[in-house]
Amino acid sequence: MRLTEISSLKTISEIRADFPVLSRQVYGRPLVYLDNGATTQKPRCVIDAVNNVYTTYNSNIHRGVHALSDIASEEYENAREKVRSFINAAKKEEIIFTPGTTGSINSIAFSFGERYIRPGDEIIISHLEHHANIVPWQMMCERKGARLRIIPIDDTGEIIFDEYLKLLSEKTKLVSVTQVSNALGTVLPVREIIDTAHSGNIPVLIDGAQGVQHGTADVASMDCDFYVFSGHKIYGPTGIGIIYGKEKWLTELPPYQGGGDMVDTVTFEKTTYNELPFKFEAGTMNFAGAIGLGSALDYVLSIGRENIESMEKELLRYATERLSGIRGLRVYGTSGRKIAIISFLLSNIHQYDTGLILDKMGIAVRTGTHCAQPVMSRYGIEGTVRASLCFYNTMEEIDMLGTGIEKVISMFEK
Amino acid sequence: MTINQVQDKIIEDFSVFEDWIDKYNLLIDMGRDLPLIDPKHKTKDYLIEGCQSKVWLYPEFNGHNVTFTADSDAIITRGIVALLIRVLSDRTPDEIIASELYFIDRIGLRQNLSPTRSNGLLSMVRQIKLYAMAYKAKTKQL
Repeated sequence: MRLTEISSLKTISEIRADFPVLSRQVYGRPLVYLDNGATTQKPRCVIDAVNNVYTTYNSNIHRGVHALSDIASEEYENAREKVRSFINAAKKEEIIFTPGTTGSINSIAFSFGERYIRPGDEIIISHLEHHANIVPWQMMCERKGARLRIIPIDDTGEIIFDEYLKLLSEKTKLVSVTQVSNALGTVLPVREIIDTAHSGNIPVLIDGAQGVQHGTADVASMDCDFYVFSGHKIYGPTGIGIIYGKEKWLTELPPYQGGGDMVDTVTFEKTTYNELPFKFEAGTMNFAGAIGLGSALDYVLSIGRENIESMEKELLRYATERLSGIRGLRVYGTSGRKIAIISFLLSNIHQYDTGLILDKMGIAVRTGTHCAQPVMSRYGIEGTVRASLCFYNTMEEIDMLGTGIEKVISMFEK
Repeated sequence: MTINQVQDKIIEDFSVFEDWIDKYNLLIDMGRDLPLIDPKHKTKDYLIEGCQSKVWLYPEFNGHNVTFTADSDAIITRGIVALLIRVLSDRTPDEIIASELYFIDRIGLRQNLSPTRSNGLLSMVRQIKLYAMAYKAKTKQL
């Protein structure tokens, strides 16, 4: 059953007060944090939850006979249940804790490759992928003699669906695409991608690193086979992430790493593996991170995912309007289906120069290729400036960004 | 002027500005005065690739002094490159090898020369010293 999502009655200043970092200054100016695509700030409840682990019940999970280990194990498993409920998975056993999205994809690429991939097989990804959803597949393809196929994108930053249809064949063994482009903000039509692949019995992995925190991520309605994301991009701690996998896949896949807790019996001749989800959780897991993530998901639900979505939609609308009015500013990624990311360049001004001057004004943006070099190559550029917003950002901050950009232009135009 | 005298002069030039904007404006101006690398040397061989910005650095040795010409695709990086060249170009290999750069820190641009800010500048300083060492070795052989 899904948790009921209550509407938030909090004002924006009350929301901002939940995030201690947001009230700090940099270079004597108030921080304008617009780098949420890289990592999000943490609400007090998450910081307290992690702190509480270490101050009151720290103990290794699933191992001890003692009281603290019981509490830690229970809290860890509660966090798993919170993740299950948040993404609407059918079973707790389908939720695996990992160090993050990169770890999740590497793990699946390895296990899936070992189990299913033969020379000549193909994996489909899109031109919008973060390096974390490219390199693990390249490594696996190299190992297995398989081939990586790429869904191209158009000038707006949307995938060309007809080209995707052409790539699908009996050689295709897996489709792995991002839910949202980290470099441009484009929201992909994952439902259609999955349905089409499934009609040929091809499983689909969705990289939710930039998707899970915006709108509602529902693995049951998407019907994806795997869904992965990171805790730190959804207001949780760093070093914790998730693999959701349909039980039938997770049962068949061999584990990625061996070690403690993932085993059933070990002799020097043969080891049998523990049941799901523990088969994929070798060694001591980041239980404090998992518990912090649980708290972050509670926080998101307390604000309300629909509220977050509509607040961010309004921020995107205003930011697009404010920035588009700036002479010489070109936005990359102009799809009508976008999250609140504005990736841009100023004419004749290097992205690094723009980022440095904005930083001096207290405005944190990301510059460079955003770990998505193929996207940059697609536009024939070497990088962009990316402002990535989330629900705790304000219209005033967008105005400060706009004014900051105008200042940059005046400095370099002399 | 010795390397340290030039460094002290730069520190003095920058010390008149209290506001960071003025410092960066000066840096932008300095970037414009950079002894630019001949476009024919702007090749992969002379490229120092940073994650954020690129630097091209071309050395010449007349048997006594090493001179450098350079460029960067980012203007602020180019300004700092210009400062480094003002300090380190047209020096003997020994002077370059023995130099210790303190001016970057003192004019408040330290963050631009940190390993975490991969704009090619730190690699550029290393590369300048490597060229100096190579030329020194070459002189000994002769």
